[in-house]
Amino acid sequence: MNNFYQKEMETMPVEQIKKMQSEKLVKQVRYVYDNVEYYRNLMDEKGVSPEDIKGLEDLHKLPMLTKDDLREAYPYGLLATDLKNCVRIQSTSGTTGKRVVAFYTQKDIDMWEECCARAIVAAGGTNEDVCHVCYGYGLFTGGPGLNGGSHKVGCLTLPMSSGNTDRQIQFMIDLKSTILCCTPSYAAYIGETLREKGYKPEDNFLKAGIFGAEAWTEEMRHDIEKSLGIKAYDIYGLTEISGPGVSFECSEQTGMHINEDHFIAEIIDPDTGEVLPEGSKGELVFTSIDKEAFPLLRYRTRDICVLTRNKCSCGRTFVKMSKPMGRSDDMMIIRGVNVFPSQIEAVLLNEGYAPNYQIVVDRVNNSDTLDVYVEMDEKDFSDKVKDMTKKEKSLSAAIKAMLGINPTVHLVAPKSIQRSEGKAVRVIDKRKRLGINM
Amino acid sequence: MSIKQLSVFAENKEGTLADVTDAIAQAGVDIRAMSLADTQDFGIVRLIVDDIESAKQKLNENNCFVSVTEVVGVAVNDEPGGLARVIRLFADNGINIDYMYAFISVSKKNAYVVLRVDDCKAAEDLLVKNGVTLINEDDVAKL
Repeated sequence: MNNFYQKEMETMPVEQIKKMQSEKLVKQVRYVYDNVEYYRNLMDEKGVSPEDIKGLEDLHKLPMLTKDDLREAYPYGLLATDLKNCVRIQSTSGTTGKRVVAFYTQKDIDMWEECCARAIVAAGGTNEDVCHVCYGYGLFTGGPGLNGGSHKVGCLTLPMSSGNTDRQIQFMIDLKSTILCCTPSYAAYIGETLREKGYKPEDNFLKAGIFGAEAWTEEMRHDIEKSLGIKAYDIYGLTEISGPGVSFECSEQTGMHINEDHFIAEIIDPDTGEVLPEGSKGELVFTSIDKEAFPLLRYRTRDICVLTRNKCSCGRTFVKMSKPMGRSDDMMIIRGVNVFPSQIEAVLLNEGYAPNYQIVVDRVNNSDTLDVYVEMDEKDFSDKVKDMTKKEKSLSAAIKAMLGINPTVHLVAPKSIQRSEGKAVRVIDKRKRLGINM
Repeated sequence: MSIKQLSVFAENKEGTLADVTDAIAQAGVDIRAMSLADTQDFGIVRLIVDDIESAKQKLNENNCFVSVTEVVGVAVNDEPGGLARVIRLFADNGINIDYMYAFISVSKKNAYVVLRVDDCKAAEDLLVKNGVTLINEDDVAKL
């Protein structure tokens, strides 16, 4: 299935992509230097001038930006154009700390929506599809991004936004939605609710789903595909760079193609900031080479992943990023061990539990504690305490084998962990109230 | 011959047990016997009721986790040594008791014991062979 929205770009030979990126980068650095005082100061401090950037090979000389810079420069400090040229503001979902706002010109919006259109087409979308968008609409980029992409493809767009699961299901069935766009945890929740209402996977009209905005595992993909009877595609993006669609999955489902005509990706060592060779695991850094209003250069995403440029069966030449192993700020350090919620989720799914869980980290007597609350399924419930305790112990052992630290597992009643219709609250770190810096 | 026990998962949270008993009350079901196993995190409420299907349905509607298990019901003479004789039989024949609880019936002036074992049939055969009186579902409803 070779579905392209902009085939010429998406299948451009690698040398040509790099040449194009080089040319755009040189121009963009000059533009940012001239128009963004905040970044100009950073460049001056580092002793780098726009003339020093002659192409991709000089990218590493530029200073990097972090979320802290965006907070410091809030709201207009990184804006590169006059506000009268801007048509939109979006904001980060606030997963971590204070919100950050991003600005868009109409051209920026078009580019972003085209990126989403590429993702929809790669998932098999055409103008004959009914695209059901239940990402949140509003400041969050999920809803507006996929909504715009769906329009560009010409799909019949259902701007559901999040919440009201009963109505989602009614419209999904009555209006024959074929493509579902939402967070993976909400997709799983819809699947679960459909089953409870007595629908079989073949009773809906969905053929594909485009799921992003949070980390999810292959096991969860498998579960969602089974419960909804669809093929589930990953999509990645961040408000700071544009929104969903910075990269997206093709039919091969072995990583997400980064839209390299608009974004340059690098992998760095998160500790030293050193650029790592292709194929290394490290922090993803993006440079936005087409953006007019909010053009970030070398923005550190805190997402840990790997970039690879193997020939892809879909025909796309854009570099692929692996599913982020977790945002580096999702990472918890528990008893000195780096732990990502996605690792615990993988164990749960592997052991036959649904991915409905909550992780609570605390510090008791100067030692970190890790409690994992897992919802049981009917089959897990036994009238014998011994059996239940055994299940908890065996799950603890499996988690310990994965992480190297001992958790306490608590089996809890079904639906007792609060469901989110946007992003799931997976981690409660009570150490934060103690003012411990992690 | 065995009787059915209703087991309900009860998280160790305020009001959980009241939710369970409320649901059974709403179903109009009479509780014959009850036992609560507790751990640090959760409890398991085990119930013998006069109408298991109605109770189960109501509990399900209230999002309670319910399972139905076969248990052995024994009528024990309400006199010293009545229970000891039954338990000794299990011990001598290598039948492990997971848990048990007892109740009395005011109308029948009898004591009853509910026993959870892995193999109900084997336990019942043993008891019958030794002249112990068992109770069945109908007996429970009439108690």
